[in-house]
Amino acid sequence: MKSGAALANSIVREVSRVPPPMAMLAELTHRCPLACPYCSNPVALTPANDELSTGEWINVFEQAADLGVLHLHLSGGEPAARRDLVELTRAAVSLGLYTNLITSGVGLTEARISNLADVGLDHVQLSIQGVSPESADRIGGYSGGYERKIAVAGWVADAGIPLTINAVCHKQNMGEIEAMIELAIRLKARRIEVATVQFHGWAERNKAALMPTREQVEQATQTVAEAREKYQGVLVIDYVPADYYSSYPKACMGGWGRVGLNVTPSGRVLPCHAAETIPSLSFENVRERSLSRIWYESDAFNAYRGEDWMPELCRSCERKKVDFGGCRCQAMALAGDASATDPVCIRSPLRDRLTRDTDRLSTTQAATLTYRGR
Amino acid sequence: MTADAPVISGTSVVKLARGVRLREDQVRGQMVLLAPERAMALDEIAVAIVQALDGKRSLDRIADDFAAQFEAPVAQIASDVKAFVHELAVRRMLEIVE
Repeated sequence: MKSGAALANSIVREVSRVPPPMAMLAELTHRCPLACPYCSNPVALTPANDELSTGEWINVFEQAADLGVLHLHLSGGEPAARRDLVELTRAAVSLGLYTNLITSGVGLTEARISNLADVGLDHVQLSIQGVSPESADRIGGYSGGYERKIAVAGWVADAGIPLTINAVCHKQNMGEIEAMIELAIRLKARRIEVATVQFHGWAERNKAALMPTREQVEQATQTVAEAREKYQGVLVIDYVPADYYSSYPKACMGGWGRVGLNVTPSGRVLPCHAAETIPSLSFENVRERSLSRIWYESDAFNAYRGEDWMPELCRSCERKKVDFGGCRCQAMALAGDASATDPVCIRSPLRDRLTRDTDRLSTTQAATLTYRGR
Repeated sequence: MTADAPVISGTSVVKLARGVRLREDQVRGQMVLLAPERAMALDEIAVAIVQALDGKRSLDRIADDFAAQFEAPVAQIASDVKAFVHELAVRRMLEIVE
């Protein structure tokens, strides 16, 4: 017997033929002690007094579970800055959601991790910014951060919670990838995500300081391929290459409004974390509308679904089912038009200009970083 | 680095690792195996295998039990079970009990 809400969901879905979302990223807060210059949070950060309350978040989790979300990513900012993190986790677990904590580690104590384990947290993703205190803390902009992360990894392992290391790479640490993989194994991680900086938001401001060179990217790709073979069955290595050097764009978010959604600290619901950089879109809020209506019916989620929105170049291309036309926010940033072909695509008329700009930026000796929020 | 990759054989005893869960996905009408950043939709046979990974019986013993239960040739079942379990192991989704 379906509940009224579930029945309403299936009716809406029947009409719209949009698949239910698999994953939800809950940005519990934008507060964070770190100041990474490539932070994926928007340049305009949400203040603490606008954040959803404990009850409001739990209600959003309930709606997400009813809607078909399987994975819940508890993120931020730094989610540990929320005093109700354990309570929120407990509620999400009780709804059957697979709970993943995406954290810098700062703000977590041994006792808190033990409490999270007790309420059933499924998985932790811990970021590292480098493999030494000097390099890591310079990028994170937080002294003592590296040592704290190493301690947190130990507490997570002791609590029996599976661990993934998140390593964002860029011009200034690309040579450390092999060492990052080895560090992940020492920290007893089962998995590492080696992800090249995505140039939105804060990273956009630091493009010259962070854009890797072509040689660095080729070396990184080779390092990852060798490590995957060497550590098969020991460490799963997920790798997000630098798409500015690729021939085809990434299948951003697995397609707009197709797989996942993102809820900001104040309850706005976005198709991806950078979607607010598209000025023509307006985003609805869980304080005013149900998650189901927003997912299936809102203009923002429907804006780039399917292929009606695509330029002819994409609509007539067989790769439209592979990459869905690429990243809308990247098209906005590089082409000034969110419905343009992603300029990374070799078929884009803007690709040659992007290649020239990328080569110029990657060889710039700019070392000054603009830190998030500072 | 000294960590060794797991080796799966008929005498292996395994169970799902912490952080890997089988659950019903009512919205889509399927069974899913959930792991970090992964959701695998499983068919009935895969579900039966996952449910049999109890951390007590060896893979050979599980294959014997299936062969008796479904009156099917044990060699084929044993090979299917090992192949599937190997795929889970390389994704770090299993705890090798012995």
